[in-house]
Order: sequence, then C-alpha cells, then structure tokens
Amino acid sequence: MSVSIVGIGMHPFGRHGLTGKEQGVVAVSRALHDAGVTWDQVQFAFGGSDAAGNPDTMVSDLGLTGLSFVNVRNGCATGGSAITLGVQAILAGAGDIGVVVGYDKHPPGAFNARPSEYSLGDWYGESGLMLTTQFFAMKIQRYADHHGISASTLAKVAEKAFANGALNNNAWRRSPLTEQEILASPMVSDPLTKYMWCSPGEGAVALVICRDEVARRLTTKPIRIGAVRLRSRRFGSFEVFSPGLSAERGVSPSVDAARATFEAAGVGPEDMDLAQLQDTEAGAEVMHLAETGFCSDGDQERLVQDGETRIGGRLPVNTDGGCIANGEPIGASGLRQVYENVLQLRGDAGPRQVPGHPRAAFTHVYGAPGISACTVLTR
Amino acid sequence: MTSRPIADGVFTDAPVPRLLAGRCEACEVVTFPRQGGCPRCTRRSVVDHWLPPAGVLWSWTIQRFAPKAPYRGPAEFVPYGVGYVELPGECIVEGRLTTADPDELWIGRPMELTLVVNHVDGDGADVMTYAFAPSGTR
Repeated sequence: MSVSIVGIGMHPFGRHGLTGKEQGVVAVSRALHDAGVTWDQVQFAFGGSDAAGNPDTMVSDLGLTGLSFVNVRNGCATGGSAITLGVQAILAGAGDIGVVVGYDKHPPGAFNARPSEYSLGDWYGESGLMLTTQFFAMKIQRYADHHGISASTLAKVAEKAFANGALNNNAWRRSPLTEQEILASPMVSDPLTKYMWCSPGEGAVALVICRDEVARRLTTKPIRIGAVRLRSRRFGSFEVFSPGLSAERGVSPSVDAARATFEAAGVGPEDMDLAQLQDTEAGAEVMHLAETGFCSDGDQERLVQDGETRIGGRLPVNTDGGCIANGEPIGASGLRQVYENVLQLRGDAGPRQVPGHPRAAFTHVYGAPGISACTVLTR
Repeated sequence: MTSRPIADGVFTDAPVPRLLAGRCEACEVVTFPRQGGCPRCTRRSVVDHWLPPAGVLWSWTIQRFAPKAPYRGPAEFVPYGVGYVELPGECIVEGRLTTADPDELWIGRPMELTLVVNHVDGDGADVMTYAFAPSGTR
C-alpha cells in the first residue's frame, strides 16, 4: 500500500490581517476543493502550529464531525512531522482519507525562544546566546572556511530565491534583488547580510492525503508519497541552542533523514528532478545540498556559480522562493515545500514550472533542537 | 561593589575562571554544561569535570542586533562577538567573545576563558558571565 496527495491548498505567505487559525481554515478549504472531497469525508487530521494556537480548534469552523485530530508542535520540522504522522496513520489503517495542515503567525523580528523550553538554564538567554541566527551564522562560517564557499555564492542563493519568489503569487517577497544589493545590505550576523535571511512570518498550507486505491477514484493526477522520514540528532551533530558540542564530530539529522527517505523510496538523489531544501538563510541551502546527498562538500560553489540550482538548471532548488522569499511560518513551511513539489509534478507551476515534465521531487526541513524530515514525491 | 555569577554550577572564578562540565565515567565523553546523563553512551555515571581555560576558536559570528527578552545586556545595545572554542581533547564550548571586531577573529585563533559583566542587577551588583578573549596573533 502507498499514500498519495490528492488535494493541496494554501493561504498566501507574508503579513495578513487574519489569525493563524483563519489562514489554516482557508488552506484546508482550498485543499478539500482541490481534492473534490468534503470535510465530513475526512477521517483524521494532523495539524501543526508553533505560535498561533492549537490547530484542532479549526473544527469549529470546518465542522464538528468527530474526526481524530492531533496537534503537532516540533520546531521548524513541524510540517514535516505532520505529514510523517499522516502517512503513518494511513499505512496503519487508521483511515483512508486524512488532512495534514500547518499554519503560523509570528511577530516581526528574530525568534525569541525561551531557554526553559529547550531544557537550558536562563543564563543562556540572559547572556545573549539564545538566538537561532547565531547558530546558522556560525555553521556556515566554519563550513565556508573549510569548503571554500564564497560570499558571492551566498548572495547568489538569495538572489535566486527572490527571483523565484517574483514568479510566485503566494510568496511574501516578490521583488528581485541583485547579487550586489544583497552583498551591500547590512551585516546581520557575520557572514550573512540582511537579504540572505528568511524572516518569521505568516501563512498556511493543507494537504489531502489518501490510500492509493482511493486516490485513483478521486483524481487522474495523484502524486505518490514515495517515502517520508523524520530523524532527530545523533551524538556529534551541531545544532541550534547548543552551549557545548562534543569534540568527536558526527553528521546532522538532515543526513540521516535524507538517507532514510531515499532508501525507503528505493531511489537516490540522482533520480530527483528538483528539490526544496530548508533555506533558513543562504548558507543553510548551501550546506543542506551536501547533507541531503545532492553534492559533495564544496561542490556547491561551482553548482551555484554555474546556475545549476536555478529553474532550468540541472537540479532546481527552492523553486517557489523557499523560506527566504516566503518567510518562515514554522507550522506551515515544511508543507509549503510539499505543496510546491505537487504543483511542479502536476505541471501546474505556471511561470516557474521546471521544464522537462519532472517526475520525482524531494523536500527537506530542519529545525531546533535537531530534527529533520524529508519526503520523496513521484507522479 | 558586589558581584555574583549569572548562574550556579556553570563556572567558577576561584582561583581562576574555569567552566564546569560533566565527564562520563564509562566512556570518558565530556559534556558542557554538566548534565546527568551521557549523550554518547546513555549511561548516567557523570561526574564533575573542570575544563581547561584555553583553546582555539572553532567558529564565530557577531551579534549585531539587540536580542529580545530574555537577553539582559546593557540598556544601550552594544554588538558582541559569539563563538565556539575547542578545548583540545575535551569538548567545544559556546560563549560570548570579548571582541566584536571581525578582524580579530579567525578560526584556529588561540582563546582564553575570562569573566565579564553581563548586566547590573537592581541591587547594583555586577552579574558575571563567562567569555573568551583572543590571545596570540595571526
């Protein structure tokens, strides 16, 4: 048995007057409409939100049908976690049709997580170390030093994100910026400048998933979930909010999650026609290209400089503009990636359609305090 | 003027600044801050272990915007350096740096532990935290 996506819905990302929950209801309604099913046919739901309330409260708008609805809160990998649970529910026989939804609404500015939520002493936050931005800056600082990643390459990743976002009506940032403008913007946390970062924002995404047999009755274009896998960090990884690291170094949970996903799907990175990779900032996209197996450490310099990760390149990456152009509503981001890959595999991505009728696509999210979830979708 | 540490059980200043880590008696792995279990072998036989006060810079950045709460720095924000310092054979520790000048920071630079004032409490006491200061030259 396998699981397919038969409906997708999105509330645009950015800044809006609606609450997070209201945006979630819009996304679910659009996904149901896209799938041609009604809410009372949905047997279970998994909903993710980090900062905008409990998603199961949406049932008061959508209908009190008595379905099984579980809230998911798993850092930046919340969306990836929700779809993991949804697929497992169908494989376990818990239902034939389910909804996976994620939304969020964050105040402007950097996230300010509380140390106690991450089992850290208050001193860690009081002394100014409790910032996700510092982690991402220091990870790419060391990686760039060891593997020869230039400032120009970091800027080109952001330039591509804004160029792709300009082709996406649901994106937050739709104005292209040049490499020079990105490099000349204020330094936020060395070596990353202002326009190399994503910003906390708002948005919602929902998917209708079902058993393959049901999918074929509902649509002529089901998108098959080849595999989805979630992993947490192992000893030796380098993670957000780490006062100390072991001297013995290991791999990130992104390496483990990607490897497990490809293995379960019976394919490899070379079989993917496009990929959505967590681009919290430009350095993250660069490093995640290698961590997920698409290239060796250091090869990103040539891949990016040669335009291989642009739409039309050998491996288009973050074709919807990624987190950099869409912002980061934590509960929704992982599902935004899946939404984009469904559009691309259906051939419905409009001006940003990857040429050559893509057949297989990959998603990857990464979040604090060291979790990653990946998917392989095929048509 | 009085002073006090920002937290108990993280560092000492007597007779010289040192950080308190935990060492697993079973597999020897050193973990900072000290915790009850060993993240490598999962056993719970962790004992106090004082870290050496010097190492080399493993990575770094500059915090250039004022963090939100719970940060308690000076009323007027001053950018500060943040880094990881590798204490050879022990572990890699994150901490404030005493400089925010990128020209003074490079991976591999020798660093030494020191204590700095994080903020001044309501009673006028200096609240101290640990930081790493560059030593040696390029």
